[in-house]
Amino acid sequence: MIALFYEDHRVGQTAVVGACEFTREAIVAFARAYDPQPFHLDDAAGAASPFGSLCASGWHTACVGMRALIDYREAQRTAAAARGEPLPPLGVGAGIRAMRWANPVRPGAVVTYSARIEAMRETKRPQWGLISSRAIGVDQHGREVLSYLCHVLVARRGR
Amino acid sequence: MDRLYFEDFPPGEIAEYGDAPVTAEAIVEFARQFDPQPFHLGQEAARDSLAGELIASGWHTAAMLMRMNCDEFLSRAASQGAPGVEELDWIKPVKPGDRLRARRATLSARPSRSRPALGVIEFRFDVVNQNAEIVMTQKNAIFFLRRGAAEAAR
Repeated sequence: MIALFYEDHRVGQTAVVGACEFTREAIVAFARAYDPQPFHLDDAAGAASPFGSLCASGWHTACVGMRALIDYREAQRTAAAARGEPLPPLGVGAGIRAMRWANPVRPGAVVTYSARIEAMRETKRPQWGLISSRAIGVDQHGREVLSYLCHVLVARRGR
Repeated sequence: MDRLYFEDFPPGEIAEYGDAPVTAEAIVEFARQFDPQPFHLGQEAARDSLAGELIASGWHTAAMLMRMNCDEFLSRAASQGAPGVEELDWIKPVKPGDRLRARRATLSARPSRSRPALGVIEFRFDVVNQNAEIVMTQKNAIFFLRRGAAEAAR
């Protein structure tokens, strides 16, 4: 499980944040809007591509993972609020490093997303800490389809 | 238009293109689907947040860059996909009313050792707003077919 305040995180903590099935319709709809390369739109073009079939835009794979992470955190916040605990303000992401799309996401794939805390440090601003975590997406066969390191500002307790 | 191959991206080249208007509706629509945080969901919800106003999801900005890249060159290129993204930094917020364009620098070009039909181009992309401010930068490689290999396959 991943916590809400900076101080409650530990390096090495891991959480499965959610899973999502990639339908053909969703793959094509995302590609039409943001990444209309033939191998994301069309079966024949996908078959002729290095991926061997129609597959999702890597940005689609990443964006669905973001949604899973937000839903997971919202559930944590709702549970904390129900216990009468204070809720931290939401921080923002500063950037990502080393994003890899190691395997294609084909129609019907179910991707499970997880996050692992890799590093933590205080910042010049006393109310925020910086947490580096690795986001990982794995398909139903256990193949990695997404991995990246992200740096996010997380509120510190009682500041 | 001619197809673009590995050979068509000489290192050192700079290209500028795109004119993507950013609307509140598009920011909210993207956020509802992929990044439903208060500062992406509406002016009212954003007011109490760290941002203080409605801003686009960073993933939305990245997706808009991808679309500009497709429209400018990837859709007519012999692109073989990208292995990933080395670096991506969100530098300034993107807001309703902004107009975004892309600036592409070709950093390096090298033939693939393991797959001789392919070459790897490393790009840096800046997303620039109407005030000439860089709002996002991204560094990534893309595989392209080599022109000779494509002709030999015919």
